[in-house]
Amino acid sequence: MTSTDPSAAEAVVFWVCAFLSVVGGIGLILSRRAVHSALWVALTMISLAVLYIANAAPFLGMVQIIVYTGAVMMLFLFVLMVVGVDSSDSLVETLRGQRVAGILLAVGFGLLLAIGLGSALNGVPVVGLDGANGEYGGNVEGLARLLFSEYVLAFEIVAGLLVVAALGALVLAHRERWQPRRTQREISQERTRGGIHPAPLPPPGVYARHNAVDTPALLPDGSVADISVPGPLRARGDLRPVDTAAVAETAALTSGEATYGPAKRPVADDPGTSPGEPS
Amino acid sequence: MIGNGAVVLSEGAPSLEPLAAATGVFAYLWLLIALPLLGAAVLLVGGRRTNRWGPYLGVLTVSLAAVFAIVLVVSLLGLPADDRAVGQTLFEWVFVGGFTVPAALQLDQLSMVFVLLITIVGALIHVYSLGYMEDDPDRRKFFGFLNLFIAAMLLLVLADNYLLLYVGWEGVGLASYLLIGFWQFKPSAAAAAKKAFIMNRVGDVGLSLAIMLIFITFGTVTFDSVFAAAGEANESTLTWIGLLLLLAACGKSAQFPLQAWLLDAMEGPTPVSALIHAATMVTAGVYLIVRSNPIYDGTAFALTTVVIIGIITMFLGAIIGSAKDDIKKSLAGSTMSQIGYMVMAAGLGPIGYVFAIFHLLTHGVFKANLFLGAGSVIHGMHGEQEMRRYGALRSVMVITWITFMCGYLAIIGIPPFSGFFSKDDIIHAAFEQNIIIGICGVLAAGITGFYMTRMVIMTFFGKPRWPDDAHPHESKPVMTIPLIILGIGSVVTGAALLYWGNIESWLEPVTGIEEKPLAIPTIVLEGITLLIVLIGVSIAIARYRREVPVLAPKGNLLTVAARNSLYDDAINEALVVKPTYVLSDGSIFVDERIIDGTVEGSARLVGGLGARLRRLQSGFARSYALLMVGGAVMVLVILYLARLP
Amino acid sequence: MSVDNYIILACVLFTLGAIGVLVRRNAIVVFMSVELMLNATNLAFVAFARMNGNLDGQVIAFFVMVVAAAEVVVGLAIIVTVYRSRRSASIDEPNLLKY
Repeated sequence: MTSTDPSAAEAVVFWVCAFLSVVGGIGLILSRRAVHSALWVALTMISLAVLYIANAAPFLGMVQIIVYTGAVMMLFLFVLMVVGVDSSDSLVETLRGQRVAGILLAVGFGLLLAIGLGSALNGVPVVGLDGANGEYGGNVEGLARLLFSEYVLAFEIVAGLLVVAALGALVLAHRERWQPRRTQREISQERTRGGIHPAPLPPPGVYARHNAVDTPALLPDGSVADISVPGPLRARGDLRPVDTAAVAETAALTSGEATYGPAKRPVADDPGTSPGEPS
Repeated sequence: MIGNGAVVLSEGAPSLEPLAAATGVFAYLWLLIALPLLGAAVLLVGGRRTNRWGPYLGVLTVSLAAVFAIVLVVSLLGLPADDRAVGQTLFEWVFVGGFTVPAALQLDQLSMVFVLLITIVGALIHVYSLGYMEDDPDRRKFFGFLNLFIAAMLLLVLADNYLLLYVGWEGVGLASYLLIGFWQFKPSAAAAAKKAFIMNRVGDVGLSLAIMLIFITFGTVTFDSVFAAAGEANESTLTWIGLLLLLAACGKSAQFPLQAWLLDAMEGPTPVSALIHAATMVTAGVYLIVRSNPIYDGTAFALTTVVIIGIITMFLGAIIGSAKDDIKKSLAGSTMSQIGYMVMAAGLGPIGYVFAIFHLLTHGVFKANLFLGAGSVIHGMHGEQEMRRYGALRSVMVITWITFMCGYLAIIGIPPFSGFFSKDDIIHAAFEQNIIIGICGVLAAGITGFYMTRMVIMTFFGKPRWPDDAHPHESKPVMTIPLIILGIGSVVTGAALLYWGNIESWLEPVTGIEEKPLAIPTIVLEGITLLIVLIGVSIAIARYRREVPVLAPKGNLLTVAARNSLYDDAINEALVVKPTYVLSDGSIFVDERIIDGTVEGSARLVGGLGARLRRLQSGFARSYALLMVGGAVMVLVILYLARLP
Repeated sequence: MSVDNYIILACVLFTLGAIGVLVRRNAIVVFMSVELMLNATNLAFVAFARMNGNLDGQVIAFFVMVVAAAEVVVGLAIIVTVYRSRRSASIDEPNLLKY
């Protein structure tokens, strides 16, 4: 792969990755849910990593994948989990004229930037990185030579910055404890005396045909026990609907009104087979 | 420090006549000023606890000063005629670099006569005030102020340099202000005091400018040094100094155009009018001019101006005096007129200086006599000052009447009363100098005869016009005795000073003297003058012999104008006060509208702009981001535009 | 096809990121948009490095990545803290920064 002038193969790579990255960017903007935005961004970043490699920057491509896609985006997803993946943004704009003005200004800015850069770069010859990469035996060696010689001071400062950032994150995320830590004894006492369910919560799937986490347990009277389902699922309403026919059948079996055997009734399509549908 | 008897001589400056060292009795010259000053200090600082004996202390200090003055004049007479000037340095007063002014006193022939006038007349008026101010709750304060005045006036005439004279000059101005406004609960008195003070300031500016000019020109302010060098100075400089000194004299002596305050000054108690506004302070201007005679000798223009001012004031005062119905205001007009005489005489140059002082002395005595007589009448009439409500008082106030008549005959110049000698000498000198000035003098003498006769007839003759409950009465001896003494003085002062005191040769070393031959014999001139005066007297008798209406008749145009003091207040109002108001109104307009408008307008502009701009700060981070992007776009656009060919 | 295309792509991505910052209200999405803008500049740096024939552009891109990582750590911590106190990740909520 020569880096002086893009070859036809590189052109193919470029157009594919460029398309994917732009789609990722548009997806970022248009997705209602933050999680989807994060996934679109991950797509964009992987595309960019490929483009780095195509641009004779294999080290940066790898760092892009490892640091950005692997660490940064995962951190984003992690925070999204904390904040609540369930919340989807309302796309109604509250600030008057913000959306139109923002899009116009941003597009105008990008246009001006592109025109300016395009006119500035017009006719500038491309030297290519073959020489620079080959001087010390490869891209990584070349970068290392620069980082640990000319840029060593910046490198050290950035290292310090990372440490400070980690500490800052710790401090910011730290919650000051104002009361003594509750002992296990106190917690259990509180739970017992507070009228809260003292025993372990009912597991999902009691009297149920499925034992998936989204299948609620049923109480003896046949009603749904909400607490048997994890909170986020409950909040989202991602509960598997109760198959009342199955419940009745089970009750009949228990009471001896029915016996195991071929079904007396036609087996209905289980509406619960489409998971994820809000009930 | 005090009374060390050192010789006063400015080193390096030539002196006209070297002052003799103050030895013997002259070593105590400072006592003259210190005595009344002590009295003033005790009375004014001592407060109410001196109420009981304070007035007597005031009388005592001035009387002691008068006795000491007599001792001094006797001692001075014992000296040879050329050595009758002594000096005494009290202490170094001002020393700024090479410029030093000692607080030094100088007693020469001119100062001596003033000292005599001030202390003796002052003492008599103090005694009189004991009676006149008997019922006043602030009597002690009154005597304190009077003593302060005497001290300041003595300092004025005893100073041996212009700067110290200026201190006395301001001091008498202050005392005058305090005493005119003594009854400050009367708004008219308070206003009159302010008016006198402010109009005096105008003159004082002239004096301070004159002193500065003297210092610039001669490098010193001591009389001896200045007068020694006056002959060599530039004539235009001398003219300016002379005119500025004249301005000062106009302010202090109520000469045209600064005469308006004197009539209002009659709001003060009558002894004050007698002492300050008739006998002494108002003559300070004449003293200043005569004292500065070496300067005026070098400038004919300034001297002529002095004469013109004197003549104008002489007629102005006489006309006003002829129309006023208030006895004190009529006398005040007369004072203006008589001081006009003196100023005119002083303006005649060496011919007139002596007679200006001579008339000043006789006038000081007989005008004090007249004022005190008027005061006695007012006292007897329970404060009534309107002559139209007097009449036929000669029967109830015999002593007052007789002494007043002495003063009356003296002022109109009937021989052998004192005014005859002094006024006649002035007219004589005026004729020697210029016949027109002489005729003016004679005419003014005629008007004097008219208004004084009018006053006497309206007050003492005719039918009584006072209300039934007035009960006029003769004053107590404490008031009548000074009147009698002054009445005798009015009779004899002129002849005594002229023949026994030999005033001409006495003052000659200070003022110089000059005689010019006269076409007509002196006796004829005296006869003509007397005739004119008698004509004035006859007109007055003819007019006022019959019934005098209690309410003033309408009168002709001149009378109305004269009753309004020839509209001096209106003129001052139009020429000075109104323009000042306009100026200050304009300043207010500029300040409030233009200056404040600019300041407040800019503040309002910024405030309004901020109120609108702060809408941008909505608190929404996205709005800020939008603004940032907008700014970036703008920067890019500007960069592109700048790069366009 | 030339290296300029990379630059144009970088501009497009940068614009998309800017739009995301201006239009979206979820703080995390805004933050991701900022990351997208940073990535766009990184792409431009890499392309410039190729055009100039030296590795300095790549070094700068590397530093941008490191700094972006640090920034993400702190920024997300801030978002978590804000969420904790306001129960919301909307950047329009904390609008006290006004007159």
